[in-house]
Amino acid sequence: MDDSTTDDTGRGNDRPRLGVAESLLATIPLIAFLVAAYLTVTGRTLRLVWSWVPSLQVEASFQLDGLSLLFCLLISGIGVMIFVYAPGYFRGHRDRWRLYTWLLLFMAAMLGLVTADNVIMLFVCWELTSLTSYLLIGFKHESEKARAAALQALLITGAGGLCLLAGLLLLSRIAESQELSTILGAADALKQSPLITPAIILILLGAFTKSAQFPFHFWLPNAMEAPTPVSAYLHSATMVKAGVYLVARLSPALTGVPLWDNLIVAAGGVTAVVGGAYAVRQYDLKRILAFSTISALGCLMLLLGLGTKLAIEGAMLFLLSHALYKATLFLVAGAVDLGTGTRDIRRLYGLFASYPLLAAAAILAACSKSGLPPFGGFLAKEVVYEATTTLSGWATWATTIVALLANACFVAVGGLAAVHPFFGKPGEPSVVPHESPPGSSQLPAGGAARLLGWRLVFPPVVLGLLGIVLGVLPSVTALYFISPAMSAVMGQDIGVKLSLWHGFNLPLLLSVLTVAAGVGIYVQRRRFVAWVDAGGILRYAAEGGPQAAYRGSLALLKFTATWQTRILQNGRLRLYLITVLASFAGLVIAAFLYRVEYTQFGKLLNLRLYELVFPVLILAALAMAVTSTSRLAAVCALGVIGFALAMLFVLFGAPDLAMTQLAIETLTVILFVFVIYRLPRFATLSSRGVRIRDAVVSLAVGGMMTVIVLAATSAHAPSRVSQFFVDNSLAIAKGRNMVNVILVDFRGVDTLGEITVIAVAALGIFSLMRLRLEPSQVPAEAAADRTETTLAANGEDASSPSEQAAPDKPSATGRGE
Amino acid sequence: MKSILLVLPLLVPLSTAAVCLVLWTRPWLQRAVSLLGTVTLLLAGVSLVSLVASEGIQVIQLGNWQAPVGITIVADLFGAIMVAVSGLVAFSVVLYSMQGIDRVRESFGFHSLLHVLFLGVNGSFLTGDVFNLYVWFETMLIASFVLVALGGEKAQLEGAIKYATLNLVSSAIFLAAAGVLYGTVGTLNMADLAQRIGSGEVGGVASVAGAMLLVSFGLKAGLFPLFFWLPASYHTPPAVISAVMAGLLTKVGVYALVRVVSLLFVRDLAYLQPLLLVVAGLTMVTGVLGAAAQGEFRRVLSFHIISQIGYMILGLALFTPLALAGMVFYLVHHIIVKTNLFLIAGIAHRVCGSYRLEQLGGIYRSRLWLALLFLVPAMSLAGIPPLSGFWAKLALVRAGLETEHYLVTAAALAVGLLTLFSMTKIWNEAFWKRAPGSSETQTPPPSASQPPASQPPTSQPPTSQLPSPAAGLDSDATLRATGNMGWMVAASLLLALLTVGIGFFAEPLFALANETAAQLLNPAEYIEAVLPKGA
Repeated sequence: MDDSTTDDTGRGNDRPRLGVAESLLATIPLIAFLVAAYLTVTGRTLRLVWSWVPSLQVEASFQLDGLSLLFCLLISGIGVMIFVYAPGYFRGHRDRWRLYTWLLLFMAAMLGLVTADNVIMLFVCWELTSLTSYLLIGFKHESEKARAAALQALLITGAGGLCLLAGLLLLSRIAESQELSTILGAADALKQSPLITPAIILILLGAFTKSAQFPFHFWLPNAMEAPTPVSAYLHSATMVKAGVYLVARLSPALTGVPLWDNLIVAAGGVTAVVGGAYAVRQYDLKRILAFSTISALGCLMLLLGLGTKLAIEGAMLFLLSHALYKATLFLVAGAVDLGTGTRDIRRLYGLFASYPLLAAAAILAACSKSGLPPFGGFLAKEVVYEATTTLSGWATWATTIVALLANACFVAVGGLAAVHPFFGKPGEPSVVPHESPPGSSQLPAGGAARLLGWRLVFPPVVLGLLGIVLGVLPSVTALYFISPAMSAVMGQDIGVKLSLWHGFNLPLLLSVLTVAAGVGIYVQRRRFVAWVDAGGILRYAAEGGPQAAYRGSLALLKFTATWQTRILQNGRLRLYLITVLASFAGLVIAAFLYRVEYTQFGKLLNLRLYELVFPVLILAALAMAVTSTSRLAAVCALGVIGFALAMLFVLFGAPDLAMTQLAIETLTVILFVFVIYRLPRFATLSSRGVRIRDAVVSLAVGGMMTVIVLAATSAHAPSRVSQFFVDNSLAIAKGRNMVNVILVDFRGVDTLGEITVIAVAALGIFSLMRLRLEPSQVPAEAAADRTETTLAANGEDASSPSEQAAPDKPSATGRGE
Repeated sequence: MKSILLVLPLLVPLSTAAVCLVLWTRPWLQRAVSLLGTVTLLLAGVSLVSLVASEGIQVIQLGNWQAPVGITIVADLFGAIMVAVSGLVAFSVVLYSMQGIDRVRESFGFHSLLHVLFLGVNGSFLTGDVFNLYVWFETMLIASFVLVALGGEKAQLEGAIKYATLNLVSSAIFLAAAGVLYGTVGTLNMADLAQRIGSGEVGGVASVAGAMLLVSFGLKAGLFPLFFWLPASYHTPPAVISAVMAGLLTKVGVYALVRVVSLLFVRDLAYLQPLLLVVAGLTMVTGVLGAAAQGEFRRVLSFHIISQIGYMILGLALFTPLALAGMVFYLVHHIIVKTNLFLIAGIAHRVCGSYRLEQLGGIYRSRLWLALLFLVPAMSLAGIPPLSGFWAKLALVRAGLETEHYLVTAAALAVGLLTLFSMTKIWNEAFWKRAPGSSETQTPPPSASQPPASQPPTSQPPTSQLPSPAAGLDSDATLRATGNMGWMVAASLLLALLTVGIGFFAEPLFALANETAAQLLNPAEYIEAVLPKGA
């Protein structure tokens, strides 16, 4: 839980000075920020297009409108603060440059994501943020927990990403364009298409996984394994908002489709409540913040799903203020963690004396989070309440209650994360409900806290102050941030006026109620947690259930994989052969039945007696070879088959072929005899069932081949190629022996290939006889268990590897092989 | 001059192999000749592609026996691209083998065998004759068989027996099919066959031969349920041999399948298409599940080959311009990436002394360059954008959606995720995890309540007393070993850069793939080139 900074391998305790490059890192996001700010202030929208893969209609096209710019400002602005903070946080850490690299790459991808106009470009950036997030969560890669969390985040967002890709491709298929600007213009076509339902589901799967919506939210708290600056940047302020961005981006075209609206509202509402309530029962500062981030993301989704002008206005305001205060709180948490060595709120109290500036930043953020005037959060909350209370019917009740619950939890979370660590007293009963924390005997006194450099203090203070600026200058906020973004989301030009004071109205009343409820929850935290835990439903929904589902599907995957691989790749050559031959027979018989309508076998019956003698002889010898109990007899029977074949060649006028066949057959039999002389007696090891199965497959293949050859013979077309050989082998090729001419002239390259084969075969035999590398010449452990059979056994029943390695022996497990 | 380019891909490896045989006792000269041969091969392949791209399909009638009598060598875009890519694999693998193969194997004809393999591969890509294709298959098979068995370790022999037995079955089926084709159609020339089968003058028996070819090539390609030989053997020889086989052999099978289906048996697509779709889906899924179940670096990679072959067959099965272009792109991408992954497995083996994932570890910590080198092809294989694999998958997924084959498209996407999963398994184990032998702190005790300032400075994990292969990771000995891997790393780096390059600048290759697809969809062009109407 509190291992964030106690990485025993990472950091030295001396505090080396920062290098120039490291201390200037923040200029990179700063440049992006200035560009975005310039565009924002001048109110220009830009469209940039480069050709990328026109063959696939993929352009590197970017469109910077109000929504994109709002996100760009957040990404680059908070990026500046992160890159001021990180060198202080990772001072002297040996892996810091890896982290900076991945962070910068992430920032670039994120900026690309929110500005891309081509859906493929958007997807490319989307996946890159997932990948960099993976590498960043796994920063402490030697901890198993961090690796598991990184993998979980990658798999969840990766699966969502692939759904998103399919959904975006469907959208572009309907709209016949991959440019978002064109797709959004084709709203009517989209709404009428039957493909819109799967497209919406797939796209929302992408958005919900990325933005940690219930029930996919569980990866986000686990992603807190990442170092705190990473969590602050990716997992609260920017990357997790990508899903929100996507929904907002597609709103002009899809708002009004019931499926789209309802899914988003439902997911957002549940997420807001579950995340908020569950945040209050956490002890780890980062997990508190993570769950409250989940809740905030749910609120954003909910508002976007409502889709009214007020709701969108609330969403944009909330987006902005949330990014500011949540990043502040994370950075404070990171600094506190670094200073005291713990993030456990049961052990954090009274730090105000040590870190007054951090405390100030935290309080600023908490006020904005709680929606107190004159902070940005207050503006947002007022508009949100205005939006929910002006709906009609039961929706207004439901959404208002959800908003109220979530906001009350935010107030409580602000208390836990910002007030308690700095102003709390040890063992405050409201904070320590049940069990005592691990190692509680070593509570850090305020004085033991470590001094923190300016880099760790300055960014949260700035971000916290910005929260006030937002609220104090509502007209600036409205003009530069909210109106342009809303125009993009609503698909029409919208001017918004904001003010802190709306008069005594329902939203203000609700605000008062919210703060009162939040303070109540904070003070009565123990009761609230007990109430929340009642029945375990919330706990199951927030953590147990989805985690179990994830673990279950991973286990199922592993089980299926092992099971099917063991069945398929079982290490037994004879089973492989059977499978191959059976597939061969099955496919070819099917093709035969399907394609060959009519075959005339009639002329085949026109046989002379001596032509029949040799086939009968072959069949008899075959029967003998199969049934013989003596290896020698079987080999001899095979020889008989060869000789009978040679005689058939003689009968049908191919004496040269017959000569070759006879020579080879004789040689084969002799070689066989030499070899089997040293072998033990034939023994029948297979069971009856296995033998019947083998017989069936062999007969099927043999019979099928016979029928095919007969059919081919009866469908024989006179070959003009053969005729050419007959006519020209003497005339042009100057050879009397036509077979020789074919071999060395007409088709000489075949012969070249075949003699190469023979040369290589000789080489192979030579090396097989002369070169026997013993395991001593290769790394010891690798050689022993590299045979396929032992790998297939996977170590579990590899008790007798030598036995399994010999495919011809009956297996110890008694499968009758 | 142009016809020279057509025969160079055959002449160069043949003569290189012969010269290397002559230089049996001089490994250094063998190495030089071998490298020179692959450079020439690569250049010839690239020039062939540019020639075919600018001037259309190139044909040469060997021995000046006009088709369909003699053997025709044909280079259309598809064949030429394959020759060029295999030239690239040849070059990088031989470069790698400068340090990546042991001297014992080298002195038993390693280089000759390698070039005979290239001969067989290029012959298969360029021949326009069914029986000649069989001959090149045999050349390839015998060379790869000897390469798998070269060294005679026990695991190698077991793998080689399975490899040879199953592939010989495939060859027998191929030979029988060629016989049936010749018997019913009366020709072996592919263009002539295509013309006659296409004209409808030939009965259904020829289609039965087509089904037989499907099984034979399907086995070579590693399709479900015929792939057993591949995971049984690919992990047994040294990495460099696995790499060249993984890069090229199954792809020759895919090439032959595409050639035969698109040229000879277009008329049978009605029943071939559903069959191929099902087979493609099952190949993808079983392959990737097989990979997920493995705990050995090269075994994971071997099963991935199968899974990836499924994607290529998906492209063939969909049989639209986009799908075929995606298939061609996939082939090129896959050959580069897969070869590279095996090469990297070899480097990791050199560094850590094992291929078993549980015995690997700590590479991200100790050798960041190797981790990044792995990350590029691994993520490309999983289809992470903007690397080469992404474009290949994107084209296939789009083609699948456009033809409304939703199920198999969903399978393709899901398999992409599972590929990523199994790649992260390697990454987790070999790169992120601490090297076994050094104590892994899984969950630090929560009693660390004192400020980290008082922590001891960067305590190196104590090396274990047992001389485990990974224990002395940073010892001088392994550092020296790193120094001896320059060529190996260079070869891998070349392929990784190409992967990145193809990813970021996908347009030229994809445009070429589009042209290739158009050519494949128009067999008349091929037939006309081989059998000019006037003749």
